[in-house]
Amino acid sequence: MSSAPATLVGTPSARRTPSRRRSAIGWTAARTAAVAIGALFLMAPFVIMVTTSFEPNTALLPNPPHFLPQNPTIANYVDAWTGSDFAQYFVNSAYVSVLTTLAAVAISAMTAFAFARFDFPGKNVVYAVLLAGLMIPGIVIIVPQFILAKSLGMLDSLNGLVFFYTAGQIAFTTFMLRAFFERVPTELDEAMTVDGAGTWRKFVRLYLPLARPALATAAVFAFLGAWDEYVWALTVISDASKRTLPLGIAAFQGEHSTAWGLVFAASTIAVIPVVAVYIAGQRHLIAGITAGAVK
Amino acid sequence: MSTEAPFRARTEHVPAPSRPSKPRRGGSSRRPAHWWIPWAFAAPGLAFFALTTGYPLVRSLQISFYQWSVLPGTDSPFVGFDNYVRALGDPQFWTSVVNAGAYLLMTVPATIAVSLVFAVLLHRPMPARTLFRVLYYIPVVTSWVVVSLLFKYLFSSDNGAVNWFLQDVLHAVSEPVPWLEQRWTALAAVSMLGIWKNLGWCIVVFLAALGGVQQDLYEAAALDGANAWAKFANVTFPGIRGTVIFVAIVQIIGAFNVFPSILLMTNGGPAGSTEVPLTYMYKQAFSFLDFGFASAMSFVMAIIISAVSYLQYRITREKKEARR
Repeated sequence: MSSAPATLVGTPSARRTPSRRRSAIGWTAARTAAVAIGALFLMAPFVIMVTTSFEPNTALLPNPPHFLPQNPTIANYVDAWTGSDFAQYFVNSAYVSVLTTLAAVAISAMTAFAFARFDFPGKNVVYAVLLAGLMIPGIVIIVPQFILAKSLGMLDSLNGLVFFYTAGQIAFTTFMLRAFFERVPTELDEAMTVDGAGTWRKFVRLYLPLARPALATAAVFAFLGAWDEYVWALTVISDASKRTLPLGIAAFQGEHSTAWGLVFAASTIAVIPVVAVYIAGQRHLIAGITAGAVK
Repeated sequence: MSTEAPFRARTEHVPAPSRPSKPRRGGSSRRPAHWWIPWAFAAPGLAFFALTTGYPLVRSLQISFYQWSVLPGTDSPFVGFDNYVRALGDPQFWTSVVNAGAYLLMTVPATIAVSLVFAVLLHRPMPARTLFRVLYYIPVVTSWVVVSLLFKYLFSSDNGAVNWFLQDVLHAVSEPVPWLEQRWTALAAVSMLGIWKNLGWCIVVFLAALGGVQQDLYEAAALDGANAWAKFANVTFPGIRGTVIFVAIVQIIGAFNVFPSILLMTNGGPAGSTEVPLTYMYKQAFSFLDFGFASAMSFVMAIIISAVSYLQYRITREKKEARR
């Protein structure tokens, strides 16, 4: 990693002449090598995680660490999946994440549409309050949220998790979708008005289909947020059968502090859907990540 | 994938307007047929938001002025600013603030410097570029629980991978470092996790910003015989300065919010020496059920974080105005 700035400084510029072109190829090779070394360091922890998950559990950690499994076995996966409630945690996480995604995208799309499409009194003030909500870190209000969840009967409930996860996504998702709805050309909207379409029909037949990439991005964010969430679940879930994957994995490590193979088998199972969803949505996701960051 | 891809992805779904732009923006088509139509669309979202964010925020302020009793039917006496006085006079609270500050100093400058280098390297076409971008982003989307436990394993004193690398590969230390058993090395380990997890996000944001730097400036610099470093210092960096500030502030806010990694790697130990404000607050609330004290501490944190956020808002706005 430390070699990267040096290669950056030492490289001659422009192109055209043969010697310059040769140095440009050398520069690309140097850049690729530096980026590959960086990727190696970033991926090494995951390699160790997956390797350990395929090895028998031992009291002592191997030294040097293994980057390829020795005596490979799938025993940890079998144990993680059958020997505990891990399958249940997986189902719980899937249930909570899918429902959160559907609810958050549907509700935010309607809210974003109202702010993008119409001028109405109080609009800017309400929107500013919504944006201010984005800046409040969730944990700052975790105590009153816990009291609220308790009075709504949402402790120890998966639907309660869905409710609060959905609520937590609304400000960000609305912010992201509003920008997309605002780009819909007014000509199309007016054409539908001429055809006698009402507001709801325009929303469903014109705005939602045009915003499909944005809705996909919002869905990926909502899904990953719910799938990875730990602190709120830790606070409101105490019944072991209601645990989500992050809770289950953390509890696993607490109970079997030396059974790292088991912990990492569980972790690998939890990470696979995340990586799959991320890769499937990665092209659109970049647009969502950089929305608001670069103007 | 071309360098402009992030921007194209944001607009490609919109059919190109037949005319350059719509002159009647804000005209009749933006007025709803009935006043309640926009409110009806916004109502579910706003209701959710008011119930789960607005109301708890007000409630949090209220609770912070009481010695809150969680048992039903018992009194919660009003104590004024006592909880705040107690927080500000609590050495453990200040230890936790210092730890968050140390975490900030260990993570934010390093994350920005390293991600900037990699963004510049990744900006131009190269083999397997998309693959690298995907790999760099994977730590960002992975659950904090998974990566915290993973780093706890890597930083084990006995035969941990980090100690192996330092001792047997680099020969930088002669004895294994008891990473998580002492305050500053534990904070360093948690900081390493913070940097590792956030690099990908910073790189993606920087790449988008680099795509917006005017290309003709590079050509002009090349004509002037500028080398790569001169181009970076005089064209690239000024072009993305606003984004660097934006990323720095998001990272600073993130540093104040450090929580699950501390909870799972050290749990504040040894002897509370690696506690950060949020872990301390969380324990006061849910281990000792001292909701009033915890709420007072969260409010102090909220004020600090809001101040930084406000700074971000101001800088972003100035940046936009400067572009006009």
